[in-house]
Amino acid sequence: MKYRSNLENVLSEKGFAVTAEIGPPKGSNPDKIREKGKMLRGCADAFNVTDNQTAVVRMSSMAGCCILIGMGLEPVMQMACRDRNRIALQSDVLGAAAIGVRNILCVTGDHQSFGNHPGSKGVYDLDSIQLIQIIKNMRDKGVFQSDDKISFGNPEVFIGAAANPFADPCELMVDHLEKKIVAGAEFIQTQSVFNLDKFVSWMDEVRSRGLDKRVHIIAGVTPLKSLKMAERMKFHVPGVDVPDNIFNRIKNSKDPMREGYAISLELIDEIKKIKGIHGLHITALFWESIIPSLVKESGIYPRI
Amino acid sequence: MIITKQKELNDLLNRLGNGPVFIVGCSECATVCHTGGEKEVLAMKDILEKKNIHVVGWIVLDPACNLNNDKRLLKSYMKELDKADKVLVLACGSGIQTLSEILDKDVVAGTDTLFLGEIKRANEFEKRCAACGVCEQDFFEGFCPISRCPKSMLNGPCGGSVNGKCEVNQDMDCVWSKIFDRLKNKRRLNKLKEIVEPKDWSNSVCMDRRI
Repeated sequence: MKYRSNLENVLSEKGFAVTAEIGPPKGSNPDKIREKGKMLRGCADAFNVTDNQTAVVRMSSMAGCCILIGMGLEPVMQMACRDRNRIALQSDVLGAAAIGVRNILCVTGDHQSFGNHPGSKGVYDLDSIQLIQIIKNMRDKGVFQSDDKISFGNPEVFIGAAANPFADPCELMVDHLEKKIVAGAEFIQTQSVFNLDKFVSWMDEVRSRGLDKRVHIIAGVTPLKSLKMAERMKFHVPGVDVPDNIFNRIKNSKDPMREGYAISLELIDEIKKIKGIHGLHITALFWESIIPSLVKESGIYPRI
Repeated sequence: MIITKQKELNDLLNRLGNGPVFIVGCSECATVCHTGGEKEVLAMKDILEKKNIHVVGWIVLDPACNLNNDKRLLKSYMKELDKADKVLVLACGSGIQTLSEILDKDVVAGTDTLFLGEIKRANEFEKRCAACGVCEQDFFEGFCPISRCPKSMLNGPCGGSVNGKCEVNQDMDCVWSKIFDRLKNKRRLNKLKEIVEPKDWSNSVCMDRRI
C-alpha cells in the first residue's frame, strides 16, 4: 500500500485536500457524531475529531473516530498532551491504529484553566513535538519512547501537527514549523486564518526555506457565525488573530451570519491562490451545517 | 525560597475551633513571605484573642523544617504545648509536617505552600523551580520552562502568548519569550532547532536523600 490514508493519498496525488472538524458531543450519544458525519459526507477528504478541545470534557476522540470509521468516513484523530502521560498516549496510538485510525494530529492542548474543569491537574508529560517524534519512531522503528520494542504491529499512521502563523514571537514560528517537520510531521493544519497579510508573509518565509516541499500545509478556515463569536475569537481565544477590518465587517453588518459566510468565501478564494498551500481545514464551531454550501460555493466539492 | 500564603482567616478559625492554640512560626522563608515571622505570629495571636480564642504560647522556630532543632527549641515550651488543643503552624508544608512528627496534637496548617520562587522585590514572588529532580536550565539560557511554562513546554512556545505575556497568567512573562530574546541577543537562535527529548522524570519521585 503506497499511502497510509486517504488524506495522504489526496495530498500526495492531487496536491489539494479538504478536512473538516467534527467536534464530539458533550455526552455519550453516538448519533450526534453520526448526524454530523452524514451531513458532511463528501464535503471533506478526512474529518478531524478533536480531543477535549478548549479543555472541555467531551466524548473521547478515539470513540468519535471509531463511529466515523463505522460509517466509512476517514477520521483524523487529534491527540492532546494535556491529559495523558507518555504511557497513555502511546497506548492510545496503538489502540487507534488497531481500530483503523490512519491519521493522527498531535497538539499540546489548550490549558486546563480555560475549560470546564479548571481545578484539574494538567499532565504535559510531553509536548506536541515530542509526541510527533514518538509516533514516528513507533511507526518507522517499532520502538516506544523508552526504546522498548513494539511486539505486534507498528501503528501505520499519517502524522500531522498544528501550526500557528500568528503567534508571538513571530520570527520563531517558522522555526517551530520546521522543528515539527524534522520531528516527523507530514501534514500541518494551521490556526484559522483571518489575518491574510500575516498568513501570506508566513507562507513566503515557509517557501523561502523550502518547507512547503517537505510537508503538506493545510490552511485553517473558520466561518464567523455571529458578532459574539467574532468577539470571542478576537479578544478571548489565545493565538487567534482577527484583524480589525474583518471584525468591523461583522460588527457593522445587519446580518453577521451572512457576512461571516461571505468573509470565509473570500478568505478561501485568497488562500487557494497562495503557493505552497495544499488544502483547507474547515473548523465551523457550532456551525457544521454551513460546511456543505461553503465547499460547494468555493468549488472544492465533491471530495470523492 | 519556599513561597507561602496565609490561609483565609475564616477557614483558619473553622479549623481552630475554640482552641486553646499554640502558634508556631518560622524564621526563614515564612518570615520573608510575611506569612509566619514573629510579626505575623504576634498579629495572629492578637486576632485569635480578639475572637476569644485562648493562645497559650508561641514560638518562631529557626527554621521550622529542622526536626532535631525544633525538638530542642520546643523543650522549654512543653507546659504551654500541653495546655494547647491545636497547634497552628505558620510555615511551609515541610515545616508543618516536622511539627506533626514531633507533637501528638492536632496540627493546623496556617498557610498554603505555593512554589519555589524568587523574591522579585519586597512582597513580590515568582515561581522559578518545580523541584523536578534534574536541572536543565543550561540548555534554556538559564530560564526554566518546566516550572515557568504552565504547559512545561520544552520545544518552544505554545503560541498563545501576547506581547511576551503568558496566556494563562498575563502578569507573568512567557518564559519562551525570555529564552527567545536571550538567544537572539547572543545570536544563538539556531539552538532552538534542536529537538529536546522527553524529560526523564525518574528523579522527581525521589523521596529522601542521605549524604
